[in-house]
Amino acid sequence: MAVWRREFIVYTRERERAVSSVVTPLIWLLAFGAGLGASISVAGINYQEFIFPGILAMNVLFTSMFYGMYVVWDKKLDVLKEILIAPQPRWVAFTGKALGGLTICAFQVTILMIMGALFMSIPLTPLTFLFTLLGSLLFGLGAASLGLFIGAKLSSPDAFSLVMSFVMWPLFLTSGALYPIANLPAYLQVLVHVNPMAYGVDLMRGALLGMWTYGPLLDVGVLALFVAVFFYLGQKAFEQLNLG
Amino acid sequence: MPTISISSLTKRFGKLTAVDGVSLSIEKGEIFGLLGPNGAGKTTLLSMLAVLMEPTSGDARVAGSDIRTQALAVRKSIGMVFQGGSLDNLLTARENLELHASLFAVPKELRARRIQEALELVELTDRADERAGNYSGGMKRRLEIARALLHHPQVLFLDEPTVGLDPQTREHIWAYIKKLAQAESMTIILTTHYMEEADLLCDRIALIDRGKIVQLDTPEGLKRQMGGDRVKLVCAKACGRQQLARMRKLPFIKSVAQEDGHLALVVLNAPKHLQKILAAVGVVEEVHVLPASLNDVFLQYTGHAIRNESAEDDAQAHWAAHR
Repeated sequence: MAVWRREFIVYTRERERAVSSVVTPLIWLLAFGAGLGASISVAGINYQEFIFPGILAMNVLFTSMFYGMYVVWDKKLDVLKEILIAPQPRWVAFTGKALGGLTICAFQVTILMIMGALFMSIPLTPLTFLFTLLGSLLFGLGAASLGLFIGAKLSSPDAFSLVMSFVMWPLFLTSGALYPIANLPAYLQVLVHVNPMAYGVDLMRGALLGMWTYGPLLDVGVLALFVAVFFYLGQKAFEQLNLG
Repeated sequence: MPTISISSLTKRFGKLTAVDGVSLSIEKGEIFGLLGPNGAGKTTLLSMLAVLMEPTSGDARVAGSDIRTQALAVRKSIGMVFQGGSLDNLLTARENLELHASLFAVPKELRARRIQEALELVELTDRADERAGNYSGGMKRRLEIARALLHHPQVLFLDEPTVGLDPQTREHIWAYIKKLAQAESMTIILTTHYMEEADLLCDRIALIDRGKIVQLDTPEGLKRQMGGDRVKLVCAKACGRQQLARMRKLPFIKSVAQEDGHLALVVLNAPKHLQKILAAVGVVEEVHVLPASLNDVFLQYTGHAIRNESAEDDAQAHWAAHR
């Protein structure tokens, strides 16, 4: 709990990070969504509206993963040592970190959804809000665990850009966040089907707009598996951290 | 039973052996120094004792608990001040302490009092609600020391406690460390590459080089082993064999060596015998007398001096600046 509280205080005091984390998805929505949306509509709805849950998911992915990978810096600065030297099992520290990431994630998704409802005619009711938020948290927990896992394994922040190119962008671009899956060529469909983020996007789009590809049960099942795998691997990686 | 007992502790990173079969025992209430250049393996040794790093082989017990099998018990009994700056700069000093107190499971009803005491000890009470990021280097180090004391550890590890601090602040920190050892009878282990720090603070010092302990004694004992003061003579003319032979016969001269352009002598009680030495050499241009120092001892045992600052320190400073 102490670790979680620390993460939250740090987030609220790092204004640049907090502001940029909300502004970036807004730019995507306005410039990309409205721009492309001017000439395209998907399945009878406005393109901007269609990608809105996808952009939410993108935000969850990037924020959570970067947040997790941030432990590389903590390692360099001995901040992590201070936490790991405490007489607590390592999984407690890992859980605190993961929950910290999740809190930040919930905060951002809430702000974005409210803005979406106010300015982009996103149909938001208390119920759709709640389901979308829960979906984003489930996916966010997996993404934060993946980030923490990578962060614990990386030895220097130099590899960040590699992770972006080979993990984050592929996950995002093959998730169906920006286009419907149904019309894709076969090879792309395969990539989408094995991408856990696709299920996150589907769950959030379903909850918010009622458009489903896989259905809520399959979405939640795959995401739960995604969370379980990386939560396990992540806390294992924390267990094996050798700092010196 | 000693508070810390280490037997043939070894850590390898690939081909590099950072700590090479170290055995030690440290008694309760001792201030024990690990003195050696950067990269000698001091921090690695501490990290293993603090269960941050697993040893490749060997064993150690800290406050009665095995570092391999009783990690949690070891962590409960130790406090550690790290080299690289481990404060949360965005939190206030008090919040940093509160975080630590709850991580270390200090009972809730004791927390406020312990934090107050720790702040008083390092004289930061009136700045406690400022962000740690606004603190000077010396204040940060003091806060880190205060933090390490909150859970009343039996053993305190200090990794280069005064690196990068100005001389005045260093003396301040030394005073705190001495106060702790006396008032709390805490066992303190510190690493340093500053001779005078080890000399002034420590009850015993282990000279460590390339992962091995090359010598272990009290500061006085180490200096005594050196056998005397160093005298450097720059002769007017190159010294002949005869002069060298004559000097070697003098009983208080322990050794004579010719180094580039000068003679390096080791002399018992040099100030007293200087006259006789000069008589034996003849005309000299310069005389330097250096009282025995740990640096000489280190030089004698390892064949190289302890460098002062290094790239490693710069890297640390660089990281700290980024926060």
